[in-house]
Amino acid sequence: MRAKAFQKIYCRLNNITKATCTLDATGVGYEEMAYVQGRTAQVVKIAGKSVTLQVFEGTEGLQNDAEVIFTGRAPWLPLSAHMAGRFFDAFGSPIDGLPAVEGREYPIGGPSVNPVRRKQPSEFIATGIAGIDLNNSLVSGQKIPFFADPDQPYNQVLALIALRAKVDKIILGGMGLTRDDYLFFKNTFEKGYGQSKIIGFINTTDKSPIEMLLIPDMALAAAEYYAVEKNEKVLVLLTDMTQYANALSIVSNRMDQIPSKDSMPGSLYSDLAKIYEKAVQFPDGGNITILAVTTLSGGDITHAIPDNTGYITEGQLFLRRSSDVNKVIVDPFRSLSRLKQLVIGKVTRKDHPQVMNSAIRLYADAANSKTKMENGFELSDYDRRVLQFAEEYSRNILAIDVNLEVEEMLEETWRIMSKYLSRDEVGIKQEFVDKYWVES
Amino acid sequence: MENKNIISKGKVTAIVGNLVEVETRGALIQNGICFFQHDGKEIMGEVIKTSGQTAYVQVFEATRGFKVGLDVHFIDSMLEVTMGPGMLTRNYDGLQNDLDKIDGIFLEAGSRSYPLENDSVWHFKPLAKVGDLVTAADWLGQVPEHHIQHKIMVPFKLEGEYEISWLAGEGEYQLSDTIARLKDDNGREHEVSMSFTWPVKKAFRGYREKLRPGKLFETGVRVIDTLNPIMEGGTGFIPGPFGSGKTVLQHALAKQAAADVVIVAACGERANEVVEIFSEFPHLDDPHTGGKLAERTIIIANTSNMPVAAREASVYTAMTLAEYFRSQGLRTLLLADSTSRWAQALREMSNRMEELPGPDAFPMDLSAIIANYYSRAGYTLLPNGKSGSITFIGTVSPAGGNLLEPVTEATKKVARCFFALSQNRADSKRYPAIDPNDSYSKYVEYDEFIAFAKREISADWIENIEFVKYFLIQGNEIREQINILGDDGVPVNYHETFWKSELIDFAILQQDAFDAVDCNSPLKRQKYMLEKVIGLVRKEFSFSDFDEVRDFFKRVINLFKQMNYAEFKSQQFKEYEAQLEEYINQNVTVS
Repeated sequence: MRAKAFQKIYCRLNNITKATCTLDATGVGYEEMAYVQGRTAQVVKIAGKSVTLQVFEGTEGLQNDAEVIFTGRAPWLPLSAHMAGRFFDAFGSPIDGLPAVEGREYPIGGPSVNPVRRKQPSEFIATGIAGIDLNNSLVSGQKIPFFADPDQPYNQVLALIALRAKVDKIILGGMGLTRDDYLFFKNTFEKGYGQSKIIGFINTTDKSPIEMLLIPDMALAAAEYYAVEKNEKVLVLLTDMTQYANALSIVSNRMDQIPSKDSMPGSLYSDLAKIYEKAVQFPDGGNITILAVTTLSGGDITHAIPDNTGYITEGQLFLRRSSDVNKVIVDPFRSLSRLKQLVIGKVTRKDHPQVMNSAIRLYADAANSKTKMENGFELSDYDRRVLQFAEEYSRNILAIDVNLEVEEMLEETWRIMSKYLSRDEVGIKQEFVDKYWVES
Repeated sequence: MENKNIISKGKVTAIVGNLVEVETRGALIQNGICFFQHDGKEIMGEVIKTSGQTAYVQVFEATRGFKVGLDVHFIDSMLEVTMGPGMLTRNYDGLQNDLDKIDGIFLEAGSRSYPLENDSVWHFKPLAKVGDLVTAADWLGQVPEHHIQHKIMVPFKLEGEYEISWLAGEGEYQLSDTIARLKDDNGREHEVSMSFTWPVKKAFRGYREKLRPGKLFETGVRVIDTLNPIMEGGTGFIPGPFGSGKTVLQHALAKQAAADVVIVAACGERANEVVEIFSEFPHLDDPHTGGKLAERTIIIANTSNMPVAAREASVYTAMTLAEYFRSQGLRTLLLADSTSRWAQALREMSNRMEELPGPDAFPMDLSAIIANYYSRAGYTLLPNGKSGSITFIGTVSPAGGNLLEPVTEATKKVARCFFALSQNRADSKRYPAIDPNDSYSKYVEYDEFIAFAKREISADWIENIEFVKYFLIQGNEIREQINILGDDGVPVNYHETFWKSELIDFAILQQDAFDAVDCNSPLKRQKYMLEKVIGLVRKEFSFSDFDEVRDFFKRVINLFKQMNYAEFKSQQFKEYEAQLEEYINQNVTVS
């Protein structure tokens, strides 16, 4: 976003806080972009002549006679087919040492899709990870976050899925990424795909946290460009949305808004929904799928950030280290893909839904048996068998290092069920049991 | 808003988010509508507070680019909807714009469209005659629309009594044609067409009286109809943490419920959920009329990414349309998903207005607003002696899944059915995850329903429900004892009771919403299965140890599940039933 030459210049700030500054100006539009002493800023409040600007790069060192230039327009991003393989900062300027991209300028954070123009998502996105494909299948046009504690390998899993998924573009929105993580993503994608698919909008921890408020809108404006104008299938990775929400709360705090639960702004739900709802299947074949990360604090999902996210996204994926097999697994209880019903048993084999549910129910029985065991009670024969089932199921299906086709996952689950349980105990429709039960 | 009378003009003085302050010298109406003349478009807003000559306006769309000094026109009406034949199958936004008529993929600010077709032609048949004295909502005639006879009524806004001085004869008329002339006390004539308007925030009271609901409203969901029944004109709500199946349950209700008209308010929820309705309902058969589901459905879509202020309007728009259909003597089902999002919209506004906050930063009058809204549902006796109903079921999305939060608490005070979704049941895939012990229906205590059940279902229906509920509580207590004391720590007959309660859970409570047969269980079938389960539960067995109990009931549960998956009374169903009987008889000691 570069300035044009015809703007009025102001040079008297009335008020400076950590994230905002206020000045007297006229003819200013709401949400218009401005430059304060060369720093990018946006209008967040107008009261008569008094205009409040949110300064993305922070206000440290601003002078009260700073030069303020209004651009007369809402934030925008130049977009063209030459973006692929490139990495940008929160303002759309290159950070990979290459020249800026020329292109048509599109406003970011634009209007929402008319719901009646959306198409129902129906394409299955295979990842090879059975904890996802079998139990929580992803569908193009879906939005789903990983709920993970900061010590879990969510960025690695995110990168792995992106590499395996059959999509045309991968757009990475990095918020509060450490430089190490940024380089991890950059190197992983370069090794996997070269320059053809990845586009990054990155805010690293050495920049102001307020800058990251622009990242999702930037990434999604680029995604909309490829999905609408080029009819491409776009996968957007947003990590970490918890940092984004924290940045929102900083700004609302500076603007004296009354905080609601967990010091978050009262508008958190709408703010997050505006981002996640950009996931869509367009009528002409293009689509945007959003895979995000929401880091938790000690696994607490009742905190306002994961809680609001869960109500917006179409499910959530939990990673957890399983003590039974000492591997990171996709937690089958708390993970959920809401759109899986659109593909399982339809795109995939007919027995998929029932196999999935039965295996999870048995896994739940095993959890109860484990509690019994830990409390020192005698185990029944059934307890022992479901415990054995659960261990093999964790190792061969739930672990994130599994890489199988969906049919293989189904066969494997039937095999493990048949090995430890009787036909009555799985509670699956007779026709499937007759067809797939593995006699020992 | 085709005929708007500008009552005053003003200019913008301040903007924060979608709250805009406007200075005006003219008249202002609280909750009046105004239009911002922005960039060649008219952006709509609603006055939510006035102070001196300053109007505080919530703008129904994004305020990006708004400037101080922008021209604003205030008109003489509150937010209104236009009602008439042709609303079924339509997809409206929260302000009743017809979404299908808006061009382009994106909803640009200022896009508006008329909710009806003024030139659509309807076959009108008079029901009243010249000389009749009529009041608001009296039926003048009817036009066929899909499966219903859409009543053409005296406009709701007409106050007092009128004499019909002229009424169109049977024939084809355009929606906007005059079909009647009504004479008031002063001899003044009013021309009436087939459509009229009504302000959404005002409850329409043109009925003789509101009765206590007592007629079962069939939903096809066993855990509701059998255990926690809702009535025609009843109210209920579904609170539950995310992932507990609120939306699947709401969709099941929209598909299966025994309603003439279903209005779905998708209020601040996911767009893809609405898309599911758009794309599936036109193809699915309505189990009650034989038509397509879309033909009895109206969707009010104000999804979570659409403007927040219109979210608040959307629930009122939906309720007003429901009142319109109820006045036609129809059974109307109104679903709102979710009322928490509506409450959050109120919170956002209240916050921007810098009002002193109540609990969790919600506005102080939240519970009054919710109570007022729920009170608009109900079973009414119409002026002509016929009856109509609005059955209202709202979902609540409690923050953190904690039911002790303001929206859930306020709703619990006014809704008569409480369908509590439990995280535990959802985690163990026991769907629908309605908790059998926490949930309730106050209607089972209503004399009206008790009489109805005796007359229409069976003499011992109420006793059966109580028996099953009591058994589930016992089963739950024993489960906890087993968890503490271990399998060996309790007598074998405890295991028997526990497994009988599991049987009730698996055979009655659980239902597969994605199975073509099991998803919808008509009352007759529910009664048959309930009696079958109770028959078994009342039997006594003599098992030697708890493994035997478990094995027996696992087998029994499996057979019951197979029965649930089979067409009612089909060959397959009967085969499983025979297998079940045989297996039970082998094991029973006292029957």
